[in-house]
Amino acid sequence: MSTTTSINETEPKIEWLEKAIQQGLSLSKMIAIPAVGIAVFLLLWSIAAQNIDTSLGKFPGPSAVLEQFGALYDEHQAERIKETAFYERQEIRNEKRMAEDPGYSPKVRAYTGKETFLDQIITSLITVMSGFALAALLAIPLGIAVGLSKTLNEAINPIIQIFKPVSPLAWLPLVTMVVSALYVSPDPIVPKSFLNSMITVTLCCIWPMVINTAVGVASIDSDLVNVSRVLRLPALKHVQKIVLPASVPMIFTGMRLSLGVAWMVLIAAEMLAQNPGLGKFVWDEFQNGSSDSLSRIMAAVVVIGFIGFLLDRCMLQVQRWVSWDKASAAR
Amino acid sequence: MSIILDISQIGMVFPTPKGPFTALDDVDLKIEKGEFVSLIGHSGCGKSTVLNVVAGLHQATSGGVILNGKEVTEPGPDRAVVFQNHSLLPWLTAYQNVELAVKQVFGKRKTKAETKDWIEHNLKLVHMDHAMHKRPDEISGGMKQRVGIARALAMQPEILLMDEPFGALDALTRSHMQDSLMEIQNELNNTVIMITHDVDEAVLLSDRIVMMTNGPAATVGEILAVDLERPRDRLALAEDPKYIHLRSEVLRFLYEKQRKVETISATKAKELKEKSKENSDIAAA
Repeated sequence: MSTTTSINETEPKIEWLEKAIQQGLSLSKMIAIPAVGIAVFLLLWSIAAQNIDTSLGKFPGPSAVLEQFGALYDEHQAERIKETAFYERQEIRNEKRMAEDPGYSPKVRAYTGKETFLDQIITSLITVMSGFALAALLAIPLGIAVGLSKTLNEAINPIIQIFKPVSPLAWLPLVTMVVSALYVSPDPIVPKSFLNSMITVTLCCIWPMVINTAVGVASIDSDLVNVSRVLRLPALKHVQKIVLPASVPMIFTGMRLSLGVAWMVLIAAEMLAQNPGLGKFVWDEFQNGSSDSLSRIMAAVVVIGFIGFLLDRCMLQVQRWVSWDKASAAR
Repeated sequence: MSIILDISQIGMVFPTPKGPFTALDDVDLKIEKGEFVSLIGHSGCGKSTVLNVVAGLHQATSGGVILNGKEVTEPGPDRAVVFQNHSLLPWLTAYQNVELAVKQVFGKRKTKAETKDWIEHNLKLVHMDHAMHKRPDEISGGMKQRVGIARALAMQPEILLMDEPFGALDALTRSHMQDSLMEIQNELNNTVIMITHDVDEAVLLSDRIVMMTNGPAATVGEILAVDLERPRDRLALAEDPKYIHLRSEVLRFLYEKQRKVETISATKAKELKEKSKENSDIAAA
């Protein structure tokens, strides 16, 4: 480096610096404004919480909820330690019996401890994804068929319109009874309660996907359909090459709506039917009625919200990977 | 010269709530192999309907279309269509758009290498080889239409149908596209039917100009043979008395003989009047 720097050399440097500052400013703005929003919300929440007395003590403020997150995690760790200890004991016992009597076939029993908060989250996630996947598997082909055929649309539309607004709670007793009647196996692969929640989720989140897929398929640009006709694409290829890609943005809109519905429905179903999952966690805490219950429920509420948000973001990310139409995947 | 396409007395009646509407009546036209024919007429005169019937996208109510001795009953790649708004599949690149057509039309008759060569050859023909891996939303309107033409040419159609192919383009791009089309036509000598609004375009490109009367019950009014030497050059022709004469013949047909008469309803008529005013402005410019 020479000691004399000309003006021409310093100018771009200043520009670069200015740009960096501006970028830093906009970045901090991007973080600062939501941060302020959250801070104000937390403040209002804690003020309100202090002024609400319930039969289970004061309504939990942010700090009480945060504390419960720690407690819930510690409980989870403790349960895991118990579980490993149980399996170790079982193994030692079996080895001993084997040593005494070589003809003995060892029995392995599963650990049946209490499900922790984290376990419940995982159960809920598995249930919602299975219910949603089943719904998608049924809804997308049905939506394509309905979108392609006016006759089929006229036949099925009234049924969709009637079942769409039905609350999950109305389906649940029926689903429970039907599953009990039909799903009889001495050695079930999945528990009945899982099937109940899953099928209820499927029944409620199938409709937005059917409707959006059908609308997407029916509103394909007629010129694109004409291209397909001129090329004489066979029916299956027409669906694969023209119909499906053209309606991908609408299909994803439907899937995102459905996943949101699925998550809401699941919590309600678990709560009402005592099926394992986050809904049951909330219900159990409510029944438990300890001084910590409300803050534990509030912690669950926050987690439910976060998971719902993350599910939507994941769906959006999948849409970005799959869809050609980047504009429709913007938000 | 042999007749390749025989449009034989086609009529078209659409059912409407107010009763049947006769769009076309007794349209009769024979097209020779290698001929470039323009259909010109006021908007709403049924030019597009004629093209759609030839393409097989619409079925004529009466009469029929015979291509190479066979009646046209459904759409097919032997009558490739270039649509007004390009109609490229937006999720495929230019190359893939042409590929879809080539694979469908030739299937196993071409090897992988031959298929690739044929796609690239057609994109080169329309000067799109530099951007063949771009998607429609990454290229300009003119370029999209070039790819649309490449896709149609790649089907090796018996007859190429163009529905106002340059109607949506700006004037400069349109001139470029017309020059390109003449260049391609020189090389391949395709049979083409083109619908247009543009008098200059019709005279510059065509061997014959078919002028259609106004609807309802539109039909072929006059047919003008354009016996200008090829290759044609737009600058040289601009002052050519023969060209000027042909051009004024078309204008006379459109604005004297087939002047839009105010018949239908007051609002519709007003709309049409404005449109014809626009047209005469364009013609005057």
